[in-house]
Amino acid sequence: MNLTVFLPALLKGALVTLEATLLSAAVALVVSVVVGLVRLSRFRLLRGAALVYVEIFRGTSALVQLFYFFFVLPIFGIDLSPMAAGVIALGLNFGSYGSEVVRAAVLNVPRGQHEAAVALNYPPGLAMRRIIFPQALAAMLPPFGNLLIDLLKATSLLSLITIGDLTFAGKSLVQSQGHVTAIYTLVLVFYFVMALMLGRLMQAAERRVPGATAGGGR
Amino acid sequence: MNFDFDYALQILPTLLRATVITFQATVGGMVLAMIVGLALELLRRSGVKPVVYATKGFVSFVRGTPLLIQLYFLYYVLPLYGLSLETMETGILGLGLHYGAYLSEVYRAGIDGVPKGQWEAATALNASRTHTWLRIILPQAVPPMLPVFGNYLIAMFKDTPLLATITLLELLGTAQAEAAISYRYLEPYTLVGLIFLVLSWPSASLVRLIENRIRAENRNGR
Amino acid sequence: MGADPRQPILRMQGVSKSYGAVQILRGIDLDVEAGQRIALIGPSGSGKTTLLRLVMTLETPEDGTIEVEGELLGLRRVGDRLVKDSGAHLRSVRGKIGMVFQHFNLFPHMSALQNIMDGPVHVRGLSKDQARERALDLLAKVGLRNKADSLPRQLSGGQQQRVAIARALAMEPKIMLFDEITSALDPELVGEVLAIVRELAHETGMTMLIVTHEMGFAREVANRVLFMEGGHIVEDGEPEQVFGNPRSDRTKAFLGAVLHR
Repeated sequence: MNLTVFLPALLKGALVTLEATLLSAAVALVVSVVVGLVRLSRFRLLRGAALVYVEIFRGTSALVQLFYFFFVLPIFGIDLSPMAAGVIALGLNFGSYGSEVVRAAVLNVPRGQHEAAVALNYPPGLAMRRIIFPQALAAMLPPFGNLLIDLLKATSLLSLITIGDLTFAGKSLVQSQGHVTAIYTLVLVFYFVMALMLGRLMQAAERRVPGATAGGGR
Repeated sequence: MNFDFDYALQILPTLLRATVITFQATVGGMVLAMIVGLALELLRRSGVKPVVYATKGFVSFVRGTPLLIQLYFLYYVLPLYGLSLETMETGILGLGLHYGAYLSEVYRAGIDGVPKGQWEAATALNASRTHTWLRIILPQAVPPMLPVFGNYLIAMFKDTPLLATITLLELLGTAQAEAAISYRYLEPYTLVGLIFLVLSWPSASLVRLIENRIRAENRNGR
Repeated sequence: MGADPRQPILRMQGVSKSYGAVQILRGIDLDVEAGQRIALIGPSGSGKTTLLRLVMTLETPEDGTIEVEGELLGLRRVGDRLVKDSGAHLRSVRGKIGMVFQHFNLFPHMSALQNIMDGPVHVRGLSKDQARERALDLLAKVGLRNKADSLPRQLSGGQQQRVAIARALAMEPKIMLFDEITSALDPELVGEVLAIVRELAHETGMTMLIVTHEMGFAREVANRVLFMEGGHIVEDGEPEQVFGNPRSDRTKAFLGAVLHR
């Protein structure tokens, strides 16, 4: 067993895993906010379209979606790099879960806050931006933290569409070097440490956004 | 390239047969996860410090690492130590351990939700430990957990395609095999997606309905 | 309406509202002249709060119209039909109205000063400096100049309500609605809030609609009193008359019950 060979290869893979996690998280975040707010829109057609998207992506498997983006889209002339296909697939998958987080958090802002905004003559968009959304943010962070760690773990699926992430690096090492137990144990430990680090990061973020609902009335 | 309905119809029976395998893995995984989850939670409550720490460590490690690698680990490493399992057994073991770690937290919340007075009443009635758990605590703790179990069951169902990577011919594995023969990806993968959607969407709606009903009942009860 | 030389600042005509099967307001007709301070009194469920909420456009009437200075509120005339209004016209009419709530409804993520400044800056388009200066003046007026940077949760209920009054005033409404503004307060904090409204009444002559259970306050501050019951305005008169010599037996019974408790 040769750690000087294993560790650099795994570290390189871990960087790709981190990159994929952050890119997918960025896509998922944008999708979550946009779709979550559209789900609350006044326009039925928009609401319906958002609901269909959420049900499709929550109702099917992440791996199936990933294969769809990787194998099926090229048939229609949409040729994405493996990383792009993976990031979009995971981003849309986690965006569907995240949009429900956003929706629930916005719905949980007390009614009195909406009423105060009306009484101060805020137009709906401005009320959302200045009053409602900032308060909902505090409620979104803990579930977003959980989703981020789930997303980190889900990037291991990218190894199945030829992306050289941590899982892929582990598999290649096993094929070339043997040492199955040691290498897969190391891979697990790498993921675990990354998950712990992301968890800490999110906790720090939560501390910086004050729980905004205290004293807000109903 | 257009969607070839004839080809889709042709592979549909094979995919539906594979759905049975997917079901078996899901049900087996869930049963095991419910047992593992309860066992982990009981160990965590054992009061023996090393056992408590080991259990907590195990749960957070399993939750903090990808199911895919856990499956590889079981599939490639166990045989080295003389434990040769069928692919399906490995798959069920992987799902059961992974989701067992999550379910242990569900048990914890459910058990913590039983009022303290119930434990005191059991003591006052001089009930044995086993009797207390089986007849008094769990029957009260489990019903509120059921919708959460339902959500995890659906999540596990959607994770079964990972078993294709350890060569189990469930839905996705079968679709891959078909695609490898015909070089057509559109129909097999679309059908797999549709089968998942058709099965998981009504189940998720049902769980949501039950959740809302329980919530409404709790509200009226108060 | 052109025939009326002295146009009322607020006019309700045949306004009805129900929640499900329960009818809360039954064809309310009401003209409010500029400068009137109207106390709405009556048993709970009589429709007082709903009346204020309709004027603030927090609810939509099923029937009837509300006009502010002769302009329809929440509705627009299209041909001979009335349709729901939104957008710029609604806001131009609604901007003449301000409201203070029972539960304050301050924005918990903003300091007292930001609560007061945010509307003037982002809704009315004042410059930040201008808005800040006015907000600080208003804070001084409600006796909280030293609490400008406090978050709502760091303030007592009475202080929060005083900030809420300053916030509503910062939007320079022509009509102020006060909805049971002391009902959520501990008894010892009621006085400081009522003092602000009293001062406001005597200094500005602003038009006010006040829903309150404080009869002494109503009698002192209002120059017109409406007694409501069962979704109707049962009695309408000057404070001395309504409190001292009520015409309706229902008013008598209500005042007898609340004053001798």
